[in-house]
Amino acid sequence: MITRRLLGDGGILVLVAVLLAAAVLVPLANLAMPEGSALHIGTSSVQLFGKYLAYAMLALSVDLVWGYCGILSLGHGAFFALGGYAMGMYLMRQIGARGVYANPVLPDFMVFLNWPELPWYWYGFDQFWVAAIAIVAVPGLLAFVFGWFAFRSRVTGVYLSIITQAMTFALLLAFFRNDMGFGGNNGLTDFKDIWGFNIQSAETRSGLFAATALMLAGALLVCRFVTRSKLGKVLVAIRDAESRTRFIGYRVEHYKLFVWTLSAVMAGIAGALYVPQVGIINPSEFSPANSIEAVIWVAVGGRGTLIGPVIGAVLVNAGKTYFTGALPEYWLFALGGLFVFVTLFLPKGIVGLVRSRAGRKSEVAGGIAGGVAADEASAAAEAGVAAKPQAAE
Amino acid sequence: MPPKTRLATRPASAVPAAALATLLATLLALAALILGPSAARADEATLRPLVAALGTATGFDALEQAIGALAATGDPLAAPILEALSAGDLQIRKADKQVVLVRKDGATTIAIDPLTGAALGELGRRDAEKIRVNNRIRNAIQAANAALTLRSPDAAVRAAAAAEMFRASDPSMAAPLAAAMADERDPAVKAVLEEAWSAAILKSDAPEAEKLAAIAVLEARGDRDAMGILAGVAASGTGAVPEAAAAAAASIDSALAVWGAAQNVWYGLSLGSVLLLAAIGLAITFGVMGVINMAHGEMVMLGAYTTFVVQEIIRTSAPELFDMSLAIALPLAFLFAGGVGVVIERTIIRWLYGRPLETLLATWGLSLIIQQAIRTIFGANNREVGNPSWMSGSFELGQLSITYGRLWIVVFALVVFAALMLAMRFTPFGLQMRAVTQNRRMASVMGIRTPWVDAMTFGLGSGIAGIAGVALSQIDNVSPNLGQSYIIDSFMVVVFGGVGNLWGTLVGAFTLGVVNKFLEPYAGAVLGKIFVLVFIILFIQKRPRGLFALKGRAVEA
Repeated sequence: MITRRLLGDGGILVLVAVLLAAAVLVPLANLAMPEGSALHIGTSSVQLFGKYLAYAMLALSVDLVWGYCGILSLGHGAFFALGGYAMGMYLMRQIGARGVYANPVLPDFMVFLNWPELPWYWYGFDQFWVAAIAIVAVPGLLAFVFGWFAFRSRVTGVYLSIITQAMTFALLLAFFRNDMGFGGNNGLTDFKDIWGFNIQSAETRSGLFAATALMLAGALLVCRFVTRSKLGKVLVAIRDAESRTRFIGYRVEHYKLFVWTLSAVMAGIAGALYVPQVGIINPSEFSPANSIEAVIWVAVGGRGTLIGPVIGAVLVNAGKTYFTGALPEYWLFALGGLFVFVTLFLPKGIVGLVRSRAGRKSEVAGGIAGGVAADEASAAAEAGVAAKPQAAE
Repeated sequence: MPPKTRLATRPASAVPAAALATLLATLLALAALILGPSAARADEATLRPLVAALGTATGFDALEQAIGALAATGDPLAAPILEALSAGDLQIRKADKQVVLVRKDGATTIAIDPLTGAALGELGRRDAEKIRVNNRIRNAIQAANAALTLRSPDAAVRAAAAAEMFRASDPSMAAPLAAAMADERDPAVKAVLEEAWSAAILKSDAPEAEKLAAIAVLEARGDRDAMGILAGVAASGTGAVPEAAAAAAASIDSALAVWGAAQNVWYGLSLGSVLLLAAIGLAITFGVMGVINMAHGEMVMLGAYTTFVVQEIIRTSAPELFDMSLAIALPLAFLFAGGVGVVIERTIIRWLYGRPLETLLATWGLSLIIQQAIRTIFGANNREVGNPSWMSGSFELGQLSITYGRLWIVVFALVVFAALMLAMRFTPFGLQMRAVTQNRRMASVMGIRTPWVDAMTFGLGSGIAGIAGVALSQIDNVSPNLGQSYIIDSFMVVVFGGVGNLWGTLVGAFTLGVVNKFLEPYAGAVLGKIFVLVFIILFIQKRPRGLFALKGRAVEA
C-alpha cells in the first residue's frame, strides 16, 4: 500500500517535497559537511545529480505529450538544445575579454572566423533577462509553428514521430554550420561566470543543483495542475480516441498545440539548466538518438504518470554513468536491450508495474478493479493509426 | 667569369670499381632504350655541331637561337637533351670543352655523351661547368620540346602535347601547330591539334578569316576552356572577330548550362538510386505491413559487412575470384539480412503488431544492439571494401562524366525495383502478401498462414536492405554507422512517396535525389539537405499520406 501511494497521484507531492528537501540538503552536504565525513557529497556528484534532474525535466516534458496526449515526439532534444543554446549564448557573452583572443564583445569562435561584429541575434545576450526570454520563447515559438502546421493538417502517429525526427535532424545539420553563428562543430564552451559567480566553484554548482531541483519541482506541479484539470481529461481522451473526441466537439488541434508548446518550453528550460552544469553545448545535442533516448527514460519509468519519467531518467542515466565508466563496450547493448525489454514486458514502465501489482492486491480485497483492463484498452486505442494486423485477428 | 658549379660529390676514387661497373651497365641499357628505333632521325653528324653550339653560345640570346636550331631538326633525340638543359644536367666538360650529360648516382657523377648515350667517364667536383639557363630559356625549351613532341611517333604523346599547347595557347606556336596539323594522319589527334592551333591563332595577329575559322573550331569544342579563350577574345576590342567570339562564347555558355543541368540530373538520379535501394525494403515493412523498422539501416549495414567478409575470404583463399565478389555477396547478403529480419519478426515484432510507436522504440533498441555488436566484432573503424574492375573507371558522354560504379548502382536499383514489383505481382507469395495487406482476416479465412506471410514479408524487406548494403559498400564507408546515415533519408522517401505504394517510393527517391542535387550548387550540400527536410515537413502537412496516397478502404485496412 505504501508503494502504491508513493507512486500514485499523491506521490507527486511526495516527490516535490523530496526535491525541495534535496535543494536544501544536497548543497548543505556539499558545502557545510567537511570532506571525508559520511554525509559529505562531492562537487562532482552534485554536478552529476543536477544533470540527472535536468534530464528528468526533459523526460517529464516528453511524458506530458506522449503519456497524456499520445504524441510521440522524437525531436524533443531539439527544444532542449535550443534552450541550452540560449543559455550558452548568455554564458559566452559573460566570458567578455577573458577569451583566448581577449575580444571584449566577440566570442572566441567569431574572432577565429574573422567576423567583424556580433550578428544581430546575439544582441542583448549579455543581459540574463534577454537570455531567459529566449530560453522560453525560442523553443516555444518553434513548437508553436511546427505544431500549428502539423496538428492542423492532422499529422498523427508515426508520421508525426518521423517529421519531429526530421526537424531535429535538420537543426543538427544547421547548427553544424559555422555560418550559423553558434560555434559550428564545437558549439559553445569555456564558460567562466554565471550571474557573476565562477561557474566552476562548488558554491555555484550547488546553487545550480538547487535551481534545477526547484525548477523540476515547479514543473511537476504545473504538470499535475494541467493533467488534473478538465483540459487534462480532454488530453487523455485525445490520446485514447482522437476521432471520437473531435466528433464530440472539442477542437483537438488546439488542445494538442497547447500541450505541445508547453512541453517544448519545459524542455527548453531543462536544456538551459543543463548547459551551465555540463559546461558545453554543441550540435550533437540535436542528434535524433538523444531525443529517442529521452523517450526510453519515459518508457522505463512509466508513461502517463508524472513520477515515472523522473524515476526513469534518473535510473537510466545512473545506469549510463555506471556502464560508460565500468563497461563502456556494453552500454549500447544494455540500452538497446532496455528498449526491447521495456516495450515487450513493461509497457507501462516501472510505475505501471508497481501500480498494477498493488491494484491486483486491492482487487482481491475488493478495491478498485480493472486497472489492467484499462491499461490494455488504452494501449489498443493508441494503436489506432496504422494497420494492426495481429490485434484484428 | 665562369659560374661556380655545385657538384656535391666526393672524389671518384672513393667509389668501388664493382659498383661503378654495374652503374655503367645500367646506364648503357638506359641509353639503348632512349636510342631505340625511331622515325625521322636526323644524322648524328648533323646534330653534334648543334649540341656543341649550346655549349659555345655566349649570352642567353645566342643560347635561345641554338635551342631553336636544335629543335628545328625535329629529331626525337633533341627533346631529352633540351630537358636536361632545362634541368641543369647539361654541362661543359672543362678538359675538352665538350658538352656532356651528367648523371648523379649516389656519390658518383658520370659524364655521358648526350647523343649516343655512351659513358665518357667520371667527373670530379670541378671538372664540369653548367650551361646556365634562366626562366626565359626554360620557356623557350618548353615550347621547343612541345613542338618536338608533336612529331612523336606515339599518337597519345602527340595528342597530350597538343592538349598542353591548347591550354598554353601561345601565339608563337601557331606555325609549328599548323605544320604538324598538315602532316597528321590520325583524325583524333588532328582534331586536338586543330583546337590548339585555333587557340594559338586567336592570340596572334593572324588575318581575320583565319581567326573566324578558329572561333568556329573552338565553338565546336564547346567546353569551359574554349569558352574562356573566346571570352578573352571577345573582351579584347570591337570588330568582326570579337563579335563572333562573343556569339560563340554565348552559345557555348548556354550549351554548357544544359550540360550542367544534365550533370545535376545524373547526380540526382545516382543519389536517388541510392535512396531507392535504402528505402525500398523500408517501403515493404513500413508501407505494406505498417511496421516501423528503425533497425532497417542496420540491415543495410549488415549487407555491407557481408560484402566485406566475402571479399576478405576471397582475398585470402581465391584472389582470382575478386571481380566476382559482389555477385557472390549479393545472395549471401540477402539471405543473411533476411534471416536476421525473420528472427527479429518472430521474436520481437510480432508481439507489437498494432502498436507502431512501441515497434519504433523496440526496433531502435535493436539497431543499437546490432551496431554495437558489429563494432565489437569488426571494430569501429571504416572497413575497406574494394571495387571490382568493372565498377571502376568512367566514360564521357558529351560534357558528362559518368563513373561506371554509379551507373551500375542506378541500373542495379532499377533491376531490384522491377524484380520486386514482378514478385509482388506474379508470384504466389506476392499474391498472399497483397491479400494479407488488403484484408487480413479474409486472407486468413482463405487458408493463408498470415503469421508466416508476416515473417516472410519482413524477411524480404530486410533482405533487400541487405543487398542495398552490397551496393552502398561500393560508394560509401563501411562502418558501424553506415545504416544511421540512411535511415532518416529512407523514411523521408517513403513518407514523401506515400506509404503502401512502391511506385511512390520510386518517384519519391528520384525526386528527392534530383531536388537535392539541384539545390546543392545554390545552397551548399548541408543547407540543401536542410531545405529538403523542411520541404518534406511542410509537404506532409499538405498531403499527410504522401505523394501517392492509398485511397478508399485500403487506407483503413
